[in-house]
Amino acid sequence: VWAAQNDPQVLKAAIPGCESLHQEKDDCYSAVVVAKIGPVRAKFNGRATLSNIQAPERYTISGEGGGVAGLAKGAADVRPGEQGDRTMLHYAVRADVRGKLAQVGSRLLGSTAKKYANDFFAGFNDAVTGKAPVEAPAQPTLRAADDPKSSIRGD
Amino acid sequence: MSGKYVGASQRRNEDPALLRGRALFVDDLDLPNMLHATFVRSPYASALIKSVDVDAAREHPGVVAVYTAADLGDFCKSTPIVVPPPPIEDLVFNARTRTPLAKDRVHHVGEPVALVLAESRYLAEDAAGDVMVEYQELPAVTDLEKAMEESSPLVHEDVPRNIAAKAPQSKGDYPKAAKSAFKVIKRRIGYEHGMAQPMETRGIVARWDDKLGRLSVWASTQAPTSLRGALAGVLGMSEGQIRVVAPFVGGGFGSKVLYYYPEELLIPWAARELKCAVKWIEDRGEHFVATVQERGQIHDVEMALAEDGTILGIKDVFLHDTGAFNPYGLTVPINSQCSVLGNYVVPNYDSTMICVFTNKPMVGPYRGAGRQHGIFVIERMLDVAARELGIDRNEIRRRNYIPSDAFPYSNELVFQDFTTLTYDSGNYEPALDRMLEAIDYTGFVNEEQPRLKAEGKKVGIGIVSYMEGTGIGPYEGARVQVESSGRVRVVTGIGTQGQSHFTSLAQIVADELGVRPDQVDVVTGDTDQFYWGAGTFASRGAVVAGNAVHEAAAAVRERALELGAGHLQVTKKDVTIEDGHVVRLGNPDARIALGALALKANPLRGAVEAGTSPGLEATMFFGPERGTTANGVHGVIVEVDPETFDLEIRRYVVVHDCGVMINPMVVEGQIHGGVAQGIGNAFYEQIVFDDNGQILNATLADYLLPTSTEVPCMELHHLETPSRTNRLGIKGVGEAGCIPVAAAIAQAIEDALDLPAKGVELLEIPLSPDRLWALAGNVVQQPPRESRLATTGATALKRPPGNSTRTGGERADHGLTEHCGAARQGVGSTE
Repeated sequence: VWAAQNDPQVLKAAIPGCESLHQEKDDCYSAVVVAKIGPVRAKFNGRATLSNIQAPERYTISGEGGGVAGLAKGAADVRPGEQGDRTMLHYAVRADVRGKLAQVGSRLLGSTAKKYANDFFAGFNDAVTGKAPVEAPAQPTLRAADDPKSSIRGD
Repeated sequence: MSGKYVGASQRRNEDPALLRGRALFVDDLDLPNMLHATFVRSPYASALIKSVDVDAAREHPGVVAVYTAADLGDFCKSTPIVVPPPPIEDLVFNARTRTPLAKDRVHHVGEPVALVLAESRYLAEDAAGDVMVEYQELPAVTDLEKAMEESSPLVHEDVPRNIAAKAPQSKGDYPKAAKSAFKVIKRRIGYEHGMAQPMETRGIVARWDDKLGRLSVWASTQAPTSLRGALAGVLGMSEGQIRVVAPFVGGGFGSKVLYYYPEELLIPWAARELKCAVKWIEDRGEHFVATVQERGQIHDVEMALAEDGTILGIKDVFLHDTGAFNPYGLTVPINSQCSVLGNYVVPNYDSTMICVFTNKPMVGPYRGAGRQHGIFVIERMLDVAARELGIDRNEIRRRNYIPSDAFPYSNELVFQDFTTLTYDSGNYEPALDRMLEAIDYTGFVNEEQPRLKAEGKKVGIGIVSYMEGTGIGPYEGARVQVESSGRVRVVTGIGTQGQSHFTSLAQIVADELGVRPDQVDVVTGDTDQFYWGAGTFASRGAVVAGNAVHEAAAAVRERALELGAGHLQVTKKDVTIEDGHVVRLGNPDARIALGALALKANPLRGAVEAGTSPGLEATMFFGPERGTTANGVHGVIVEVDPETFDLEIRRYVVVHDCGVMINPMVVEGQIHGGVAQGIGNAFYEQIVFDDNGQILNATLADYLLPTSTEVPCMELHHLETPSRTNRLGIKGVGEAGCIPVAAAIAQAIEDALDLPAKGVELLEIPLSPDRLWALAGNVVQQPPRESRLATTGATALKRPPGNSTRTGGERADHGLTEHCGAARQGVGSTE
C-alpha cells in the first residue's frame, strides 16, 4: 500500500477526473485534474508535494492548484495503519479556496471533498487489489466548518 | 400642487413596451462586427502581480485582442474621484481610486487584471482561462477594528492604519449634556455588508465611428451625463464627440451611478482602439465582486437622557467599511452621520466617522445609502431608552419629535450635498397617530398579543419613525416642446431605472398644457437629446427633474396662451388652455389646437420675430437651494417560531409623507420595493467574507433575496406635507421604503420573544434565523415539541457559510391569508 500510494500510475487511476499526473521528483507531483464543485466545472493545474515522510508510518501531502475557476490550497496528513489483513488509511485534510471556488463552491466544498475522497479511495482500493472494492476503506472525516467566517477544515 | 393628473394614480406610459418585450436594454443591442469582452479578475483579495502571460490567450481562435495594464499606456492611471471631500472642519480624507486594470497589485477579489476581446463571449471566456497571472498573495484586511491596529497589513501601502477618512461633526456641547443627564445609555450597534442586486446587472456597449470621430455608448447606468463627462476626461475627447445613452435600465439602487468602473472606461477605450463596437455584460458572479457594495458599520453610541425621556444629546463614534477604494467620497457615511439625528430634537451631538479601507470591493451608495444605518441606531437607542426609563416606546418618540412649527429645522451638520442639514418641512405626530390607529396598537398590545402569547404564539410589534433627506441638487433640466402633431415631447437628462418617469413627468406636463399624459412622449437618458444633468439617484429624479419639467411646461403654456390669444385676436387674459387647445374664455368655439399653433410658430416663410424663438418650446432648469425631507412611520407585527427562529410578517403598515404625490400608485410601488429590500436587509442579505477576503456566498442561491413569498402585502397610508423648496411641493420617495424596516423588525422580534427581559437586545443586522439563534437561542424557552427539538437546534448551527437561511423548510401555500399574502409560515426544518 505504501508503494502504491506513491505510484503515479495508481494515483492517476484513482484520482477522479485526473487527466495527467507526473512525478517530477521523488516527493513532487504535477497533475491536471478536471474537477466539479457544485456549479463549477473546470480544469485545474496542480502540484502536490510530499513532506514529513516517515515511511511507512505517515506523510503529509500538500497541494496547490488553480485554473480559471479559482484556486485551492490544501494539505492532508495520511497515516496508513494495519487492521487485520487490510490497510486502513487515516487522513485529515485542510483546504482553503480562492476566487470562484470560494464564491460559488464554498457551501458545497465539504460534501464535494467527501465525495472525492470516497471516489479516490474506492479507485485506489481498486488499483491496489485489482478488484472492485466492497466498501470504501476509509471513512473521511471532513466536515464543513461551523463558523461561516472560517475556511473549510477537516478534522 | 395637484391638478387633473398630478395626484392621480395614472397607468404607466412605459408599461406596454416593457410588457411586450419591446423596451431596449443594453444587452438587446447587437451591432455589426461587435466584439465581446470578458475580464480576467483577481482570485485574491490582496496580492502582488508578479507576471501576466497572455500569449496562450492571444492564440485562441476568435480572439482579437488581450490587454493588460502594460498595454494600456497612459490610459492606465488612477481614475478621478467622483465626490470630493465635504467641507468639514478637521476632516482627514485619503482618496484612493483604482486604475482601469490592476498594475502591480490587486486590492480585492474581482479586481480586473486583463481584458479579453473576441468574436463571442464564449470564445473570450475560454481565452481568459488561459491568461496566466502569477500572484504573490498578501495577508488581507477584512475586519474593521483589526484594520486600524498598528500591526495590520495595509490595503494601500501609504495609508497608515487603513484610515480612509475621519470626519468629526457636532452641534451643541455633548459632554455638558451628558453631565447633566439623568441617564446615559451606551450601546454597540452593527450593520453588516450587503449589496444591491438589480435584476439587470451592469453592462455597456460602445461603438466608435471612425469617419465621424464619434463614440456612442449605451450603458446600464444611472448617470449618463456624468458618464459622458467621465469618458471625455479619461479618453481625452470633447464631450460633443461622445453620446451616452441609458436605455431602459433594470434597476440601479445606487450601484450604477458614476464610479469610474473599469469596465465602463475600458469598453469605450477598446472600441476606439479597435475602431469597432464592443459589448460587455456583467454576469451575476461578476456582479458580486465587481460592483459596489455597502453597509458594513459599527457604531459605539451613547445617548444622554432626562428623566422624562427627553434626548439631551448623542455621542457616536462609528467605523465605516469603505472597501478597497473610495471614489464616491463620504456620501454613505455622511448620510449615516446625519440620519442618527432622526426625527428628533437632539440639541447636542458629537459624532465621529472613521472610514476604513479593507480588501473588499469598493463601497458606494445602495438605496438608502447609509440612512438606514443612522435610523437603526437612533431608533434602537430610543427603544433602549424607553425600557430603561419605563416610558412607552411611542411616547418617548412623541416627546422628542421636532415640533411641526419648527420647520425649516436646521441640524447644523454638513449633509451629503454639502449644504447645511436642514429639514425643509415635516409633521411627525400625525404620522405616528395614523400608524397607532391603523395598526390598532392599543388593541394589539392589550388584547391580541396577550391572547396569542397565551396560545404559545410568539408575536410582537415594532413601530419606528424615520426621515429621509431627498431631492438634492445640483440641478436638472428639461425641454418641453409641442410638436405640430399636437403631441408633446419632454426631454430630460436623467435616466430611468423603473421610476415611472415616462408617466409621472407626463402627468406634470399634461396638467400644464391641457393634454392627456398619453399624449406626452418623454425622452430620458440620451446625452445627444439633452446635454445637461446629473442623474437618477438620491431620491431626486421626481423632485429635481420633475420641477424642471414643470417650469418648462409652464413656460410653454405662457407662450401658447400668448400666441393663441394673438391668433384669436384677443388678449392673453381672455384665453385658457383646454383639451389640447387654446380656447377663448366664454366662447369655446373660438379655439386653436396646440399643434396648429406650434406649426404657425415655425413658419416656412416670413421671419421669426427678433428676440423670440421658433416653435412652442421651452427649456428650463431647476436647482433646489437644498434637499427636501420626507418622513414616515413603519409598523410591523411579526410571529417568530421559537424553534427555528423563522419569521412570519403578519402585518406591515406604512404611513409615509413625501409631500405632494404626482402619482400615488407609483409612490406605492416605490414603497413596496423599498420595504421588500428592507426585509432582505433585515433578515437575509449578508455578504460573507472569510479572513482571506474571499466572498463565500457570491450566488443568488447563497446570498438570499426576499422573494414574493417573503414579502407581505403592505398597508399604505399617505400623508402630504408639501415641501417648501419647490413649486410642486414634492419630496423624494425612492429610498424611503427600505430605511426604517430593520429597526422596526428588530423591535418587533424583541417584543415577540420578550428578549430584553431576558437580557438580550438585538443591536445588529441582519437578524437571520441562525444569527437570532446564536443571540437568543439559549434564552428563548423551547416549547415541548420533542420530535422537532433535537433536529432544529442542530440545523441552525449547521448552517453552511453564508446566510442561506431563508426559511426553515418548505414554503407555505401562497394563497392570500387573512393578512393578505403574508404567507411565509414558520415550519420545522426538513434538513
